[in-house]
Amino acid sequence: MKRVVKLLQGNEACVEGALMAGVRFFGGYPITPSTEIAEGMARRLPTIGGRFIQMEDEIGSIASIIGASCAGVKSMTATSGPGFSLMQENIGYAYITETPTVIVNVQRGGPSTGLPTKVSQSDTMQAGHGTHGDYYAIALVPSSVQEVLHFTIKAVNLSERFRTPVILLLDEVMAHMREKVDIPNPDEIEIVERKRPTVPPDWYKHFALTATGVSAMASFGDGYRYNITGLIHDELGFPTAEPSEIVAMLDKLKQKIVKHAESICEFETNGMEDDPKVAILSYGIVARAAKQAVIIAREHRLKVGAIRPTAIWPLATDSLRKRLKNVRQLIVAELNQGQLINLMKQHIDQRHTEIIPLQRYDGEIISPGQIFNKIKEIKHHGSEI
Amino acid sequence: MAQKSDMAQKSDVVHHYLRPKKKFPHVWCSGCGLGVILGSLIRSIDSLQMSKNDIVVCSGIGCSSRLPVYIDFNTLHTTHGRAIAFATGIKVAKPKLKVIVVTGDGDCLAIGGNHFIHACRRNIDITVILANNWIYGMTGGQFSPTTPTGSRGTTAPYGNLEQPFDPTSLAIAAGAAYVARSTVYHVNQLDKMIKGGLEKKGFSLVEIISNCHTYYGRLNREGDPVKMLQWQKKHAMPIEAARKLPPEKLEDKFITGVLHDVDKEEYCHRYDRLIRELANASRERS
Ligand SMILES: Cc1ncc(C[n+]2csc(CCOP(=O)(O)OP(=O)(O)O)c2C)c(N)n1
Ligand code: SF4
Repeated sequence: MKRVVKLLQGNEACVEGALMAGVRFFGGYPITPSTEIAEGMARRLPTIGGRFIQMEDEIGSIASIIGASCAGVKSMTATSGPGFSLMQENIGYAYITETPTVIVNVQRGGPSTGLPTKVSQSDTMQAGHGTHGDYYAIALVPSSVQEVLHFTIKAVNLSERFRTPVILLLDEVMAHMREKVDIPNPDEIEIVERKRPTVPPDWYKHFALTATGVSAMASFGDGYRYNITGLIHDELGFPTAEPSEIVAMLDKLKQKIVKHAESICEFETNGMEDDPKVAILSYGIVARAAKQAVIIAREHRLKVGAIRPTAIWPLATDSLRKRLKNVRQLIVAELNQGQLINLMKQHIDQRHTEIIPLQRYDGEIISPGQIFNKIKEIKHHGSEI
Repeated sequence: MAQKSDMAQKSDVVHHYLRPKKKFPHVWCSGCGLGVILGSLIRSIDSLQMSKNDIVVCSGIGCSSRLPVYIDFNTLHTTHGRAIAFATGIKVAKPKLKVIVVTGDGDCLAIGGNHFIHACRRNIDITVILANNWIYGMTGGQFSPTTPTGSRGTTAPYGNLEQPFDPTSLAIAAGAAYVARSTVYHVNQLDKMIKGGLEKKGFSLVEIISNCHTYYGRLNREGDPVKMLQWQKKHAMPIEAARKLPPEKLEDKFITGVLHDVDKEEYCHRYDRLIRELANASRERS
């Protein structure tokens, strides 16, 4: 088959990925820098029998996609900081009701209206802890337009597989930059569908406790009649205040994510093969600069590596620690006042690896030169690189 | 065998739709108007002769929003104020489903007011059953957007300073296709109003004046459920009769019946048409 290659913007790639993954419902509300996703969905969905609706706000948007998913249709919304904040209560609802949904958050500078047209990674923590209550999130962080397409598919797949909301965390630059994208053939991509029940309706439990933590999911209208509630509920979906049932449910929600951290979060490394003592850790658009910085540093005979996770929630902490075994100094580069760095401090033994911040929050991206300067600084302070 | 009374037959129908086991006792105070609404909703649904499998009942948070939990349909108890937005997603994704929202005056008109008016505007085929008890019952008696000026709530200890609004006028102005009002006293009329709403292709609102004696009644010295129902009986004025009366005679009355009923294209219908038109256009091109 002939390969299709297109020059796409990140937001356009996201639309392509979503449609390939089988998304057939989109509810959204316009907000820079995510709007092109809604526009693309509004144009494309009705041409393939899907449906788009512009809701009255982002609270309604997320509510509508949860409703559509309960009706059995793969559903997505897209927004940016202010809208992402409005969605938080219902993200918790999608989580507790185990309803597959995908939420794209194209990060811009905050807080509040902040910097609508400027790049940022300041929703890093919100993506993992935005909603109230105990919550275990999945947030994928692509770092090229090609990856935006693939990670959108992956986000839909993970939401179906784990019956949970999945966040695709982009940023303004990723959303608007144009890159060459290889459009995969449909037979090259894996599409995951939620498990459907095979038992008769009388035996069906919408929230069954299973060995994997994930149970089959019937849709409204399929002949399985059940209750869904955001109250803590039993396996049948009815409110419960029974301590053992409360714990069983909250544990199941947590474990199905935490146990799979190693498969959800992968790492891409550059220049880590010869065990450098200095490395850069970053995600998304910053990881592109880090990759370039490694090349520059190596041209200057500085042995430096770069590592980036493909998901920041959950983090595959075992793998991360293994990969940082020989690293003495880790530069954590990010577009905010220090969020990812706190996560790293939580998971990395600082007696072994010094954690060095590199933060930018003036609306501009971190450049390879800026990272390289940081490396030189480390060298200057007498570290052996 | 003696014929079952009309009352007994009505209650048999209700039992056929209640969820078996485990779900009772319900959370409501005895004598609450919500039980009447539950019965009336079930009878109205029963009269449609639809499969239970094709009916979705969605609600927000509040005493009234607990209703779906007890009935044997596809039920979705959502977040405070958002039921209509959830219902919108369900309806658009699967238009063959009959989608009903059960909500309270706080849920629908305060926190959920925006979703409410925009669903009216879209004229999406959802029936909203609004239990209006003029108070926040679940949280213990705070004033709501329908609490009359001067009435007491726990957050209006000196009387409500605000003016209430009328959800039916709001719905009509915002574009709803069918708007009716009844009370938990006028059960036969209520059955008809809900049935009318369910049969309407488009957005329908049935506002039901309901008693919360536990909070509204107590805080405003309006007494027990019986007294509150008597008040409803005395102050309800059917629209047909109201049309013939001068405004002075209507001052202490509220109007019941079908207040608005128009035919216009429904949102999902329009979307389906768009999908067909796009498919035809693409067929012609290729
Ligand atoms: C976001 C949010 N805010 C506040 C609440 C608390 N709350 C629960 S029910 C309710 C009011 C319900 O009033 P109404 O809709 O009139 O229902 P009723 O209980 O009177 O039937 C409030 C304020 C909540 N659950 N969620
Ligand atoms: S508090 Fe009021 S609305 Fe709630 S169940 Fe009791 S009487 Fe009904």
